[in-house]
Amino acid sequence: MIPLLLILIPLLSGLAVFFLKEARSSKALALGSSVITLALSLMAVSSKGVLHYDASWLPGLGGRFTLMQDGMGKMLGLLTAISFPVVFAATYKNTYQKPAAFYGLMLLTQAGLLGVFLAADALLFYFFWELALIPVYFLCSIWGGEKRIVVTFKFFIYTFIGSLLMLVGILFVYAQTADHSFALQSFYNVQLTGKQQAYVFALFFIAFAIKMPIFPLHTWQPDAYEQAPTATTMILSGVMVKMGLFAVIRWVLPMVPGAVKGHALFVIILSVIGMVYASLIAIKQDDLKRLIAYSSIAHIGLMCAAIFTQNQIGLEGVMIQMFNHGINVIGLWIVADVIEQQLGTRKFSELGGLAQKAPTLAILLVVLALANVALPLTNAFVGEFLLFNGLFQYNIWIAAVAGISIILSAVYTLNMIQKIFYGNTVEKTNNAVEIDFNVQVVLGVLVVLVLVMGVYPQPMIDLTKDTVNAIFAHR
Amino acid sequence: MNAIIVSALLGVVMMFSGIFFQNKSIIKHIAAGCLLLLLGANLLQHYEIFTIKIDTHNLLRFEKMGIFFNTITIVATLIYVLLSGKDIENTGVHVAEYFALIFFILCGVSILTSFNGLLMLFLGIEIMSIPLYILTGTDKRNLKSNEAALKYFLMGSFSTGIMLMGITLIYGGSGNFQIGQAIVSSAAGTVPNASFLEVAGLLLLFSAMCFKVSAAPFHFWTPDVYDGAPSVFTSFMATIVKVTGFYAFIRLFENQNELLGPTWKIILSFVIIATLLVGNITAVFQQSVKRMLAYSSIAQAGFMLFGLYASNDLSKEGILLYSAAYCLATIGIFAVLIKMKDYTLDGFNGLAKTQPVLAFTATVCLMSLAGIPLTAGFFAKYYMLASVVKAGGSLMIVIVAVLFAAVSVYYYLRVIQAMYFKEGEAETTEITPSFKVGLVFVAILILLIGALPSVLLNYFYF
Repeated sequence: MIPLLLILIPLLSGLAVFFLKEARSSKALALGSSVITLALSLMAVSSKGVLHYDASWLPGLGGRFTLMQDGMGKMLGLLTAISFPVVFAATYKNTYQKPAAFYGLMLLTQAGLLGVFLAADALLFYFFWELALIPVYFLCSIWGGEKRIVVTFKFFIYTFIGSLLMLVGILFVYAQTADHSFALQSFYNVQLTGKQQAYVFALFFIAFAIKMPIFPLHTWQPDAYEQAPTATTMILSGVMVKMGLFAVIRWVLPMVPGAVKGHALFVIILSVIGMVYASLIAIKQDDLKRLIAYSSIAHIGLMCAAIFTQNQIGLEGVMIQMFNHGINVIGLWIVADVIEQQLGTRKFSELGGLAQKAPTLAILLVVLALANVALPLTNAFVGEFLLFNGLFQYNIWIAAVAGISIILSAVYTLNMIQKIFYGNTVEKTNNAVEIDFNVQVVLGVLVVLVLVMGVYPQPMIDLTKDTVNAIFAHR
Repeated sequence: MNAIIVSALLGVVMMFSGIFFQNKSIIKHIAAGCLLLLLGANLLQHYEIFTIKIDTHNLLRFEKMGIFFNTITIVATLIYVLLSGKDIENTGVHVAEYFALIFFILCGVSILTSFNGLLMLFLGIEIMSIPLYILTGTDKRNLKSNEAALKYFLMGSFSTGIMLMGITLIYGGSGNFQIGQAIVSSAAGTVPNASFLEVAGLLLLFSAMCFKVSAAPFHFWTPDVYDGAPSVFTSFMATIVKVTGFYAFIRLFENQNELLGPTWKIILSFVIIATLLVGNITAVFQQSVKRMLAYSSIAQAGFMLFGLYASNDLSKEGILLYSAAYCLATIGIFAVLIKMKDYTLDGFNGLAKTQPVLAFTATVCLMSLAGIPLTAGFFAKYYMLASVVKAGGSLMIVIVAVLFAAVSVYYYLRVIQAMYFKEGEAETTEITPSFKVGLVFVAILILLIGALPSVLLNYFYF
């Protein structure tokens, strides 16, 4: 029952919010509903075994409304459930035009995301995959920055082409299944020839690679992150990019193991190119949002590469790193939002000396930024250590090249801290003040999570162990 | 049989109602009542409660699918009359005649859903087309409307001529008007060498049908005629008439794929890809929403042709679902379009602010046309693609189709962008609350079919 409620609560409250008139009540309802979802997903995490829900949906087609929440589902469900209250609380004081529509669309996005992470039926998965995209399209196009319409359009068309190709892939595999069903298990058991596997792999992987995004399909991402309203950007980069990684692990790895093996090197090389390339571009950025966007591409690239190494340790790393990256990047976006809301700029050239005016913000940001560099004691260290370990076992040279991106990430992250917080105050930062209490609390919670997960990551590894084991048991 | 007879009779009733009632709005209500009557008559046959029996010497063959298709078209017409009836009143003076013509078209539709020989096919097509030529020209004082009517009439008669030529050649070659046998004897399967007459006849017939459903390269009349005709009638033409054309097309070549051989598939793939290409690419460059919808209807035709390509059980269900989804969405979007003062894209700027209900329903309709999940259009496209995959067709053509579907998203979303994201004062004519209720009903129907297509398809089986 929990999986169903996890989707229904955001869905129904999202629809309800649309009919509210006042900004206050829609904010409160959105926050309340997301807290309930969080409580539910904590219940899911604490429960043992795999949670199921199954109902009849499309009898003629062979599609069923099947939800399944294993370790990975619980972990990503938890990430989604944490992100939304965090985002709502951190941006509580932001004002939006038509607030009811904004919060309604945000909650619908949450329903779509949770659906993607829980669906155990290919057609249902496709439905939720799109359901997560459509509200984001409206969110970015209505409340975004100056160039929002063009940029969001690009984003939408890109991902839509990917989804349609995936649909063809789903249809193809469906036609090959023995029992003509869209169920996850039937997809796992399908017997495909080598050539068919390659087709299916290509059709699915393009969709997921666009979503992650993997070089050279990443061009929509920095623009979209920059132009989207920051609350949406947090969800986009904190949770939504995980859809791509998740989908590769859930749908591609066990279904077409042969093709994965055959294409592994190609994908890993693309990912590593993307990592180094994005890190280099990040160094040159003058805009805080774009810097975080490019840094995010680099991190996701590492995770994608680790998935395709197909060894246990790499996959375990991906599991915790998906969670950790979500926490860290949302923290960074919150800082970016706070700075932009207060000072009206995101450009490093117009910032400086903020630490004198807002010491709490500076401390919190430094912890998050160090987590972004994956320093020991922070959560990302554990994750990246496992990821690089996996990559190292696969191929030393590739691991070495990928390692460059660690150094580069230290360069751009520390550079960012220095330019924003240290040095003399400039015109815009002269009158800066300390951040609001709600932001302090939210960032504080995130920092605690960063440190706890950095010191004691074992529960998360245990939580997702069953998924990792299942994947290796299957092949 | 019920639908054919009752619709013809009701057409006459509508003609005379113009003599007895001067008030246009009463005539509209009579028309709606008559449609309900027609629906009832058709349902009586569907549930085998009462059927008028006339010996047609095997020229007509009634099947559940055809009768169900009648239901879809009648319900679509009813929704159309309820939504746009007011605009039919405003088009011209002879309102009763317009409704009479619509009933005659429905008579042609019901013949086309049950024909069992090339002669009846020809009759059905003509009964359906001739009233349409008149409706296209109803805006007498408008030059464009006259041009469209003349163009449609000339091109239509020409293609009818080609069709007749094809029928004649097939008859000459096989001595038979029954489709099945004619094609069986002409195909390579049974007779080692199909005669030249039969192959030529089939090709001519195929071209003429392509013309009727505006498949490329026989689509050139479509944009001009759709653009020139009064918008209310474009809506009718682009929906009910068009899907019926497809139904007839598919019925004509039903289950003949193996007999027609691989060359047939190649010709068909060429037509499908050309139709998708022309429709989608040209639609991208349109500034007028009405013209864009005309090209998009060509693009949708490309998708519906997949029903012909696959020609299996799934494609049968698919064409029913596609017809319903496409009719609903197109009637909805045209109903909104008719209310706009400016048909260009810029004319839609800021509609979400001035008329939120109209903007929302138009968005649902456009999303459905684009085939986005949770709308009826998704399952329509889904069935079409799935039927091709199931028929073991080439995966390449499916990939080409979805890429064009992605292109279609581009021009459909441009309207949504104009309505929601751009500043402007979109001007509309007067909007009544009942019109809004009707639109919301259409939107709900689209979403309902999109979430649970079985609600519609179950009626097909029970």
